[in-house]
Parts: sequence; C-alpha cells; structure tokens
Amino acid sequence: MSELNYIWLILGMSLVTYIPRWLPLAALAGRRLPGWLLEWLDLIPVAILASLLLPLMVIPDATGQLDPLSSEFLAGTITIIFALKVKSLSGTVIVGMLVYWLISSLV
Amino acid sequence: MNHQPSEGSHRLKTGIYQGIVAAWPVCLGFVPIGLAFGVIAQKAGLQPYQIGLMSLLVFAGSAQFIAVSMLAGGAGAVSIILTTFAVNLRHFLMSSSLAVYMGGTRKWLLSLFAYGITDESFALNLSRFKTGNWGITQALTVNHVSNFFWIASTMAGGFAGEFIPEGAFGIDYALPAMFIGLLAMQLKGRRYIVTAILAGILAVVFAMILPGNFYIIAASMLAALGGVLINRRLQPEQPGE
Repeated sequence: MSELNYIWLILGMSLVTYIPRWLPLAALAGRRLPGWLLEWLDLIPVAILASLLLPLMVIPDATGQLDPLSSEFLAGTITIIFALKVKSLSGTVIVGMLVYWLISSLV
Repeated sequence: MNHQPSEGSHRLKTGIYQGIVAAWPVCLGFVPIGLAFGVIAQKAGLQPYQIGLMSLLVFAGSAQFIAVSMLAGGAGAVSIILTTFAVNLRHFLMSSSLAVYMGGTRKWLLSLFAYGITDESFALNLSRFKTGNWGITQALTVNHVSNFFWIASTMAGGFAGEFIPEGAFGIDYALPAMFIGLLAMQLKGRRYIVTAILAGILAVVFAMILPGNFYIIAASMLAALGGVLINRRLQPEQPGE
C-alpha cells in the first residue's frame, strides 16, 4: 500500500471509530435511559468480547472449519483459567503469549 | 495573572492527580499489548511513524491488530475500514452507558472525551462514575494518559520489531489473550457469564455462515438481548436501574 493510500486508510479508520464513540455522548448526555436498555447496554461489552474471542479459538485458520484441538484453543483454555484466578490484564496477555509460544513450539 | 492558587485550579490539579493514579493499571496493561502490536505491524511492513500515526488517530487496540493482519494479507482499504467500523461499533454502546453520567458537561469536552473511549478506559471510568466521586477532569486524564502510553509502546514495538524473529514469544497470541483478560474482568455475575457463553456460541455459528466480520455485531446484540430475557425470567421482580 502506498504512503498516500495508507494515510487515507487511517483517516477512514479514525472516522468510523470516532463517530460511534461521539454520537451517543453528543445526543444522550445526562438523559435517563429506560431500564431494559441500560440492562442490555450493560451486557454488550461482555457479549462483544466473547464474540471476538471464541471464533479466534475454535476457527483458527480463517478456513471456516472448526478445529477445537488447535494450539489456539489449548492456549486459550489455559489463559482463561489464569485470567479468572489472577485478574490482571497485562499478566494475562503475557501468560497467554508464553503458553501459546510453548504449545505451538511443541506441537 | 494572579499567583494565588484559586479553588478552580486546585480542583483541576486534584482531578488530574486522581485520574493519573486510577489510570496506572490501564497504562501498564497497554505496554505489552502495544509492544506486541508494534512488532506485528512492523512485520506487516509499517514504519514506526506510520504505527504511531495509526495509534494516535484510531486509538483502538483490537481494530488496529485486525487492520494490520488484513494489510499483511493484502486486503484493500475499503474492506479494512468496514471491518474497523464493525469491530468498533461496540464503542457506541459504551458511549451510551457513559452518557448517562455526563449531563452538564460542555460539548467540546464531551467531543474530546469521546476520542479516548476504549474497552479499558470505559470499564475504569464507568465504575468510577457509578461511585459518584468522578468527573470529566479525572475521566479525560485517564483517557489521555493511557493514550500516550498506547502511542509510545506501539511505536517502541515498531522499532523493536526488526530485531524480533517471526512468531517469537507467542506475539501472534497477544490479541486473543487481551480479549481473555478483558472478558475475565467483566464476568462479575451469573448474567455476564450466561451472556458471554451465548455470545461465543452464536459468534462461532455466525462466523461460519455470515460473510465478513458482521458475525461480531450480530452475535453480541442477540446475546445481550438473550442475557436480558434470561435475567428477567430468573428475577422477574428486579426493578430497572
């Protein structure tokens, strides 16, 4: 990708990232939202993280094929156990990388 | 200018100080993730200043990882931008939750605050706003201090990338590990666990049948709805917040 195209790419990315961050604050600040909507919004971050994560673990090669015994799945399972015991984001990232490194070099 | 410290400037200083103290764990978390991102971006052919520019303008970890892996795979700008939009649409929901606590804040401050909404700063700021002892000064400090650490560590990774061999240290697993860490911190009750399991299963099924990255938005909106319905069935008397 050329220099100019790269600039256009990140400008485009920044625009589509900024608008969803800004719009609700600009439109809704201080308004009281209905209870069911708050409950739904409260569950959204967990739901998004799980939808990002599980496909990476069980469909590792973007082939569309389920592969539940991959290094990605094994490393993920161990990392989840660690993360639930030790609530540390950076610790989890480091442990996850090391476990995956170890498993993929053994397999 | 009058040198006597006014009450306003004292409040500002206290707010910034409280923001920095609170932001510290988030910054520490950004360093390994930022380094890993920088290394992967360098392997995809980006220069450190291009990496820094992306971190400054976009400031969204997961989307940056995905964009760089798409770049390495030869994807075009339009499909990368659409994927970024799908992945970052979740900030719409986070911004809506934060908006509840930000009545009376000036518009330009809100617009500046919007720039810094990430999974990490959202989780931190929302929990502090709920305690009542938090304001725009503290929240903006959290966002901008963590933004600085993000830019610096991704650029450092970009410089270090040259000296790190392909696949070393399991760097390719930094992104899934980050999702695991963020998820684990948010599983604070049964309804969150139920929703996460539902979302994961739906996402895997949708990823196999839907084109592109729309499975992320589809699975999470449905799973959160399922979570609300299951929760209401289990505790029908619970009033809304």
